[in-house]
Amino acid sequence: MHALANPTRFLRFARPATMWLLLIGFALTGVGLAAGLTLTPPDYLQGETVRILYIHVPAAWLGMAGWAGIAAASVSQLVWRHPLAAVAGRATAPAGATFAAICLITGSIWGRPTWGTWWEWDGRLTSMLILFFLYLGYIALASAERERGGDGRMAAIYGLVGAINLPIIHYSVLWWRTLHQGQSISVTGGSTIDKSILWPLPLTVIGFTCLFGAAVLMRIRAELAETKVEMRQRRMAA
Amino acid sequence: MNAWPFVIAAYSVAILLTAALLLWSYLSMRRAEAAADDLTRK
Repeated sequence: MHALANPTRFLRFARPATMWLLLIGFALTGVGLAAGLTLTPPDYLQGETVRILYIHVPAAWLGMAGWAGIAAASVSQLVWRHPLAAVAGRATAPAGATFAAICLITGSIWGRPTWGTWWEWDGRLTSMLILFFLYLGYIALASAERERGGDGRMAAIYGLVGAINLPIIHYSVLWWRTLHQGQSISVTGGSTIDKSILWPLPLTVIGFTCLFGAAVLMRIRAELAETKVEMRQRRMAA
Repeated sequence: MNAWPFVIAAYSVAILLTAALLLWSYLSMRRAEAAADDLTRK
């Protein structure tokens, strides 16, 4: 992390990384979604709607991972004063908010034929909606702080406090057993979903994660370039 | 109930929002890096 503290060194890494993440992301997401739509069998209970799994699960993972990234950037900024930490936090928020929104919308669409309702004030759904609003608050606070020339400390503290919501989202299906199903996929094994349905999921999870990473890198590059322009204009005006 | 309209709607939302995020990020980056390059050339 500290090796990338220098913006020039960071850009040397970010330029090829953006292209590779986009290429791998598009390829894996395309193959995963096509396989999920055409090659996997319908579920014996849910039927064809189970195919929403291949977009809903990556979106949920990235909505939460995005905030975990903001929290890590906040620690890096507050403790080590990493010069790119505030930029990384601001760049991650719009991508995280987009995937939290995709998770909420696709979950609602999945809920209508499965549960018979578009929305329910269930623990998982409500805590995910709170995460989406936290993202909007972070974007507004970080942008306002940047416009006023602040160092981003307020946004960093907000990013850390908001991380309290992550374990709440994760354990919500255990603490409040209402409508959303419990954990059915485990990285360490013991998934309750049949392998014939599950196999395209890692492709879409890795694919969407690469696209998320590419979006974050492009936003960091944009902000670094804007800062460069602002500094040079200030120097020319002086 | 025919489930395919729900599946198609969910996929459309995910693809459109992801494409919008990537396009917005790409255009912001291109615009900002072009402005920085112009200033360097001056």
